[in-house]
Amino acid sequence: MKYMLMFVGEWDGGDEQTASVMKDVGAWWEKYSKSGVLVGGERLRPAAHATTVRLGGSAPTVVDGPFAETKESVGGFAIVEVPDLDAALEMAKSWPGSPTLEIRPIWED
Amino acid sequence: MSPAVESLVGQVFREEAGRVTASLTRRYGDFELAEDCTQEAFVEALRSWPDQGIPSRPGAWLQLVAKRRALDRLRRDQRFAVKVSGLPFPAAEGGDDRLQLMFACCHPALSRAAQVALTLRVVAGLSTAQIASAFLVPEATVAQRITRAKSKIVRAGIPFRMPAPADLEERLAEVLAVLYLMFNEGYLASRWEVAHDRSLAEDAAWLAGLTAQVLPSEAEVLGLLALFKLQLARVEGRFASDGSLVLLADQDRSLWDREAIRDATELLDQAAALQRPGPYQLQAAIASCHALAESWSSTDWTMLVRLYDRLLEVQPSPVVRLNRAVALWHVAGADLALHETDALLPELQRYHLLHSTRAELLTELGRDEEAQSAWSLALSLTLNPAERRHIRARAGSVGS
Repeated sequence: MKYMLMFVGEWDGGDEQTASVMKDVGAWWEKYSKSGVLVGGERLRPAAHATTVRLGGSAPTVVDGPFAETKESVGGFAIVEVPDLDAALEMAKSWPGSPTLEIRPIWED
Repeated sequence: MSPAVESLVGQVFREEAGRVTASLTRRYGDFELAEDCTQEAFVEALRSWPDQGIPSRPGAWLQLVAKRRALDRLRRDQRFAVKVSGLPFPAAEGGDDRLQLMFACCHPALSRAAQVALTLRVVAGLSTAQIASAFLVPEATVAQRITRAKSKIVRAGIPFRMPAPADLEERLAEVLAVLYLMFNEGYLASRWEVAHDRSLAEDAAWLAGLTAQVLPSEAEVLGLLALFKLQLARVEGRFASDGSLVLLADQDRSLWDREAIRDATELLDQAAALQRPGPYQLQAAIASCHALAESWSSTDWTMLVRLYDRLLEVQPSPVVRLNRAVALWHVAGADLALHETDALLPELQRYHLLHSTRAELLTELGRDEEAQSAWSLALSLTLNPAERRHIRARAGSVGS
């Protein structure tokens, strides 16, 4: 099954911690890319750089900022292909890069 | 249909439902299909067994009927080939199929309410109506909960297999918590009088037995099973002929099943020998301390206080502290016990047993008026008819 792991929120900490987290994230990414289960994913720029487009009115409107004003926004995602939820959970539990993850199965017909 | 046949069918179904669902799930890789067809086979059994008699191998009969139903459905299904080839569930490796099913039903990705409903329906074979009446919730709520949970199992890819060794402890804790909840719900209900009604407590004990068979070296599984057995062994003494609750202090101990108590105590010894203590083993030790006492007055209260202290270390809950206070009453007197109980008022003000304990303590201390208002509070906080009868009787005797 294919899942999207959404990385939510960021660790509080200085530059030193950020550097060490990024190193761990790199190692995690490499490990699962090599084993073939990680099929895609990206890190996102912070919500401050987001632009929202609202459709459904008489004309589309473009506004600055994320669509939902939440403290914890999605900072990145990975697409993984694993046998089942437990396998995705195992990957998620060792993720070093954000304090929360949301796992969503990808819609497949 | 005669109640006897119906009850026998119910018993067979409890034995077989999980096994049939598990086997179909493994064979066709479709949990929803497996569950539906198992239910259909049961309905078919209820229709045909009263006339044709119960088959010599009822499990095999149910399996066959369910399998035929599943094949019929799959043939009708345009995506037959796709379904059979794309088994979402890996094949079982060792262990009892039903335990794997239980691990799927008690997956932490499901809410506790969904875990309980699903386990009862899928593994223990209860109908939606039976689950609804046991938990006093509308049948539609239970039906919706089960439908959503089944759909989540399939769509989110919750696996049908034993958890990885690293996760076993955590996942087993989920299963045991569901069984514990199920047991208590059944044990506290005053439905024992209804002889043909399958009790949740017995179902929970049966499932715990199944778990212990597959995982005989998991100390907490043995502890939980011992606890259930110790409670069930004493069930005869719990209700008076008018359906009111009989407190442990007043129970006729000759009604207890001594042999079952001995078995359970041996089981607890086995668990202790594994040297991995935990809350279920401690609760079983507390239950066995009561079960082995000749009388209320000869109960080893000092030992009980010690066991509660150890339980508090691993499970620091206000309800455990309340129970400890009751044991302390017999070791150190009502004054100290009341002091401990009063300290729990902020946390347990909605808990009827806190107020009935206070009422008993206040009565012993001669503070009848306060005792009376504590009884009133206790009464206002429970709907259980046996408990209500007990509270009314006790409140009536204050000051007399």
